[in-house]
Amino acid sequence: MAVRHEKDGASGYALTTLESMIAWGRKYSLYPFTFATACCGIEVMGAFGTHYDMSRFGAEVVRFSPRQADVLLVAGTINYKMAPVLKRIYDQMLEPRWVISMGACACSGGFYNNYTVLQGIDKIIPVDVYIPGCPPNPEGIIDAVVRIQKIIETGAPRAAERWPIK
Amino acid sequence: MVLDRLRARFPADVVSVHSDFGDDTALVRRERIVEILAFLRDDPELLFDFAMDLTGVDYLGEEPRFEVVYHLFSLEKKRRVRIKVRLHEGDPVIDTAVPVWPGIDWYEREAWDMYGIVFRGHPNLKRILMFEGFEGHPLRKDYPKAKRQPTIGPEE
Amino acid sequence: MAEPVDITAKGETPDLQAEPMLINIGPSHPATHATLRFHAKLDGETILDLVPEFGYLHRGFEKESEASTWTQVVPYTDRLNYVSPLMNNVGYAMAVEKLCGIEITERCKYVRVIVSELSRIIDHMVCIGTNMVDLGALTNFWYFWKPREEVYKLIEELCGQRLTTAYTRIGGAMADLPEGWTDRVLAVCRGVIPGCIADVNALLTKNRIFIERTMGAGPITAKDAIALGFTGPCLRAAGVPLDLRKDEPYLVYDRFDFDVPVGEAGDTCDRYMVRMEEMRQSLRIIEQAIAKLPGGPINIDDPRFILPEKALVYENIEALMNHFKFIMEGVKVPAGEVYSATEAANGELGFYIVSRGGGGPYKIKVRPPCFPLFQGIPHLVKGQMIADLIAVLGSVNIIAGELDR
Repeated sequence: MAVRHEKDGASGYALTTLESMIAWGRKYSLYPFTFATACCGIEVMGAFGTHYDMSRFGAEVVRFSPRQADVLLVAGTINYKMAPVLKRIYDQMLEPRWVISMGACACSGGFYNNYTVLQGIDKIIPVDVYIPGCPPNPEGIIDAVVRIQKIIETGAPRAAERWPIK
Repeated sequence: MVLDRLRARFPADVVSVHSDFGDDTALVRRERIVEILAFLRDDPELLFDFAMDLTGVDYLGEEPRFEVVYHLFSLEKKRRVRIKVRLHEGDPVIDTAVPVWPGIDWYEREAWDMYGIVFRGHPNLKRILMFEGFEGHPLRKDYPKAKRQPTIGPEE
Repeated sequence: MAEPVDITAKGETPDLQAEPMLINIGPSHPATHATLRFHAKLDGETILDLVPEFGYLHRGFEKESEASTWTQVVPYTDRLNYVSPLMNNVGYAMAVEKLCGIEITERCKYVRVIVSELSRIIDHMVCIGTNMVDLGALTNFWYFWKPREEVYKLIEELCGQRLTTAYTRIGGAMADLPEGWTDRVLAVCRGVIPGCIADVNALLTKNRIFIERTMGAGPITAKDAIALGFTGPCLRAAGVPLDLRKDEPYLVYDRFDFDVPVGEAGDTCDRYMVRMEEMRQSLRIIEQAIAKLPGGPINIDDPRFILPEKALVYENIEALMNHFKFIMEGVKVPAGEVYSATEAANGELGFYIVSRGGGGPYKIKVRPPCFPLFQGIPHLVKGQMIADLIAVLGSVNIIAGELDR
């Protein structure tokens, strides 16, 4: 982006590409959909709460309609009863969309290796950012949002473009 | 006290009693289970008005294989009792206790879902924790721990 | 397809409202806290019938614990009621100790009381806070989140994690209290929590909008509540003063002076009032427990249950072997079966444990307090408005982790 300032009193102008202009606007107005099923949901509430204050990163307006959301934040264990619901919600979201997988359970099944727990949501939907931890601290969620902002800013390919991983 | 009274009332149905670890326990036959539970609830000396818990246990390799365990609590007497019933593998059927305590409804559904114990006369005996279409009963000891039945996504 | 209605025809007006409407709520709905689901049958806005469905967070706690050692189960208990994990830890450890016949140290009893009551406070805060968010009062949520973060800091100091604590061990605890911890607890209990409770109290308790919204929403009589197996604040709101801390005193609860608040109507407003008062009573218990906190070791002195000192493990072959066997094979618990109940934030948390003498449990059944509460929701809301369902659901505080296990 180039900014040129001619002389005092007159308004200057900035040169940029339309893509980076849109990305710049998009990255500070992320609308997360919190698919919070379990323990991680409590830390999600913590991240949106007063102490950690997600609104500093422009991602505090939680949308509970997938049609209005940009980022799907999957926080908590997903079992086989829940998995079709998650897939359906992902399918209902509009492009461009990003997915954050929060916590050990969503990333890999965590320490639940049994008949009911899906061993990682990336088996059914593409994931852009993984947050490790059981549960991760709210800092982890903030870090993930900043990483999504980086992806938007740099135009790096989204996980959906290289999914499913062979 | 509780066990003596139960034994005196149902001498033929109480198989054995013990009070290990301070928990009064009675093993009874399944035929008159509803009568026994109603007696425990209504007897003025006992008044077990709370059905706190019901669960199945799978003693694989033993016969009878299954056990249904009731935990009762009396609000007035502040007392607890555990009633156990053994069921054979080929015939895991017991009468429902829903007419005695409406709150026991879901516990029985859970025991059916997890162990395949049939509660005869239950108003709505279907799966509760697992999804419809799940095959088998996951808490049975012969169900492998990690045997998955994916509803979506790749087969494992 | 229904028959088309000819509105121009003379004669009787067709009854357009005769057909009930079927509506699905959840499982991904903000007010159902993401894992509960209802099938509602409505006449206009009145609920004719309601069928709850759950299991969307069934994680196989019992199957996992059957494949673990006794100590390995402790982290799984954290994730039952993840809003107050310390109370689950305490409940589970007490059940196993009952089976082993262990009498824990005095200091440990007091420590367990302190952490349980801290957990009860933060649990009630989440319940009231999220309930009010569902009703549109967001401010209370922020008011209650501040002390929660303070309490989380204390818990993190105690066991290294904010949420999944895994603090208790069979025969004691993971570690003794850090230095000066009790002073910091007192500072939070005196300086932060009462102020936040007072703020919320001032916003809600005499607020006409709040009272009209919650009074009469989801009432239950004492008789019905008992028949459905309600325990905890929901039963006490219906007027039954059952509190295991008073009625079957465990740990050292019989040494403290505290009251058990009860309601009358058992409606959403009463449940809110009971929870608010219980938080104040918990503060009283914490004050007394810290004042009486004895010194001495936190763990019992018994090598069968307690890991050898870390320093010994590095220099002594016997301690090293002991440590190895302890971790790999688990604590040896005698064969038998016990049921142990504690008063958790939502009601009676029971553990039914069957041991066959091995290093791990043969069977663990959790009696989650939420289970009968969720079962009773149709009884609470039948005949009421659909909007009341949201208020009632928040006020009975369903935690999916312990409901589905």
